[in-house]
Parts: sequence; structure tokens; C-alpha cells
Amino acid sequence: MTTSILETVWQPLRLSIQVSLISTILVAFTGTALGYVLSRKDFFAKDVIDAIVTLPMVLPPTVTGYYLMLVLGRHGFLGEVVYNWTGWTIAFTWQAAAVASFVVSFPLMAKTARAAMDSVNPELEKASLLLGKGEIETVLKVTLPLAWRGLLAGVVLSFARGIGEFGATLMLAGNIPGKTATMPIAIYSATQSGDYPLANYLVIILTILSLSVIYATIRLSKRG
Amino acid sequence: MIKVRNLHKYYGDHHLFKGISLDVKKGEVVVLIGPSGSGKSSLLRCINGLENFQGGEIDVDGIALHSISRPKPSSADMEAIRQVRLRVGMVFQQFNLFPHMTVLENIIEAPVKVLGVPRDKAVEDAISFLSRINMATKADASPENLSGGQQQRVAIARALAMKPEAMLFDEPTASLDPEMVGEVLSVIKDEI
Repeated sequence: MTTSILETVWQPLRLSIQVSLISTILVAFTGTALGYVLSRKDFFAKDVIDAIVTLPMVLPPTVTGYYLMLVLGRHGFLGEVVYNWTGWTIAFTWQAAAVASFVVSFPLMAKTARAAMDSVNPELEKASLLLGKGEIETVLKVTLPLAWRGLLAGVVLSFARGIGEFGATLMLAGNIPGKTATMPIAIYSATQSGDYPLANYLVIILTILSLSVIYATIRLSKRG
Repeated sequence: MIKVRNLHKYYGDHHLFKGISLDVKKGEVVVLIGPSGSGKSSLLRCINGLENFQGGEIDVDGIALHSISRPKPSSADMEAIRQVRLRVGMVFQQFNLFPHMTVLENIIEAPVKVLGVPRDKAVEDAISFLSRINMATKADASPENLSGGQQQRVAIARALAMKPEAMLFDEPTASLDPEMVGEVLSVIKDEI
């Protein structure tokens, strides 16, 4: 592999890892919180929220990306407000790729977190409450430690989903080499331009990375 | 110590408690007997705030729990429930020890975190109690490695470590093998 190919491979790889790490950190906290709420609370419109959260799992990523454009694009109903206020737009930035990655991986985390918390015996939480602990302390000391394996699997899956994200990222962040061209987008570009050696390298690296993540998840789920 | 007045509780359309009242004095032992589904566990769970009730009042050591008809209890309701729970310990039929903690951690967790007992003192008290119930050698064991009788004895130790004014036992020997019932009952008899 020549130095120039190494650099060409490294740029999208670094960007993909950066985008996925940031979105995974955000997804880990928000998805766990929503998973807890959906698992333990009963409230009006719970099923509606569950359905909306699940939507990015079944919609084509381009549709999710289109919605993101409508909301966050320079002329989007939120994006325009931000642009008029700050002169900055998230569209076609690496942050847009992180947002797209967050939105498509969020349902995986929330669903996995909910399942993990559903598996925790609620009587243990009641035992904790009866010992005088508050709800937050009970979640931190009882629920999360007992659900950690499922939560970790959710985090790993979210990272894998984020790193493989293509459609929504392309819609909101575009394809700017070195700036928004993540691994899947770089593979698409290399193929379109006939640069098959580069495409081969990127495909192999992405496959190894994804396989490692899936293998780690399987090993985790078998532990204990 | 515990006063229940005109308690009404519904499960959907089923009117479980139709205005029951109960008085338990300090030091008194009261046994609730009734067929399955008659509400024995539900009454205990109303007393410690694990379940809402729709009418009447429960007073525990001067702290009143009122019927809560709204979906979300107020902060005053929650504080009253918390105060009651600090005064009333409970032992479950299914032990409910925290499986990710050792026996010792199960016992000292709440005194240290909730009551603010220094950790060394909490450990000393826990070991002393475990010695009295012949479980000192199991202090570092995981609950899953204990027999049902041993787990229930630890559950009693955990509840008593909070130094409650009253103890609620919800069929503490129902899920134990017959030969283990005696060891649990003797702990209850000797330590309560």
C-alpha cells in the first residue's frame, strides 16, 4: 500500500471512527434513558413514542436523511433559525454526519436498553426503594449494573450501525472528501470513479471492523 | 406504630379492600392469615408505599400516607413514603438479594448510602450480625451460591441493618424447602 493510498484510506476511516464514537456516546446516554422510561414507566402516548423511535429502523436511510434535511438543513425549520442566529449551518459538516449516525443508531440502543431493563427483576428495584434509596440511586446501583451486558451490546451495535451509515449521512452531510466522506461514502465514491484498489482496501477495513464489533457482541452475550 | 383506617383498594374493577382498619402497637406481632389473593401482600405493600390505595389512610409512626388518586404522586407524598420506608423494613418471599453484590455488600449498602453510617462501622455491624446467624463465613459469597434459607437469613440481616421500627414479612418461608424453614424462623424469633 503506497503512502498516498494510506492517507486516502486513513481520512475516511478516521472520520468514520470520530463520527461513530461521538454519536455512540450520545446514543449510549439518551438511548439508555429512553429504554428505562419505556421499560418502567406507563404514560400517555408511550406506544406512539416507541413507534416514532423505531421508525428510523424501518425507513430507508435516505428518507430519514430527508427528514433531517427538512429539520436541520439551512432552510429547515430548525436549521434556518440557527443559521439566522449564528450564521452557521450543520448541513455538510462532520457534525451532520454525527447527527445522521445518531438518529439511525438511536433505535438500536433504545430497543436494546429496554430489553435489557425488562430482563431485570422489578422486585429487586422495589427492595432497593424499600431500603430508603431514591429512584435515581436505584437505577444507578441496581438496574444498570444488572442490565450492563445488554446495554453494552446496545452500545456496540450502535457503534457498528453508526460506522456503516450511508444514506442519511449522504443526504445531510454530503460527500466532501476529508470533511464528510465517511468510509461507506468513500467506498461509493471510489467505486463510482473506478478506483477499485481503493474501494477494495476500504471494503476490507470496514468488513474487518464490523466483524470485530459483531464478534465482540457475541462474546459479550455469551459471558456469564 | 401502624394504623390503617378505612382502607379501600381497587385493582381495576375489583374492590379488594372494602374499608379495612388495623392497629399494630410497637413490639406487637401480628399475623395476617387468608387464602391466596385475599390481599395479604397488597396490604403490606400499601403500608410501605409500594402500592397506591384509593381511600382511607395509613399512619406509620406518625407519618401519614394518603390515598393517591392522581397518576403521579406529589413530592410530599414521595417524601412521606420515603420516611415510612426508613422506619419499616420488609422481607420478601423471593429474598430479592442484589445478585451483583456480595452478602456483605447487600447488608452494608443501604446503611452506608442512606443512613450515612461509616463504612467500617457498617461492616463491623454486618459481620457481627452474620456471626449471630452462623453466616460470617459467607460474607464475601455471592447470593447465587447460597441456599434459599441462607439467602433469606441475609435478606433479614439486610432489612435489620437499617434499624427499622417495624418489620413486614411477606411469607418469608413460603419458597423454602421444609428443612430450611426452621433456620429462618429461628432467626426471626431471635433477632426481631
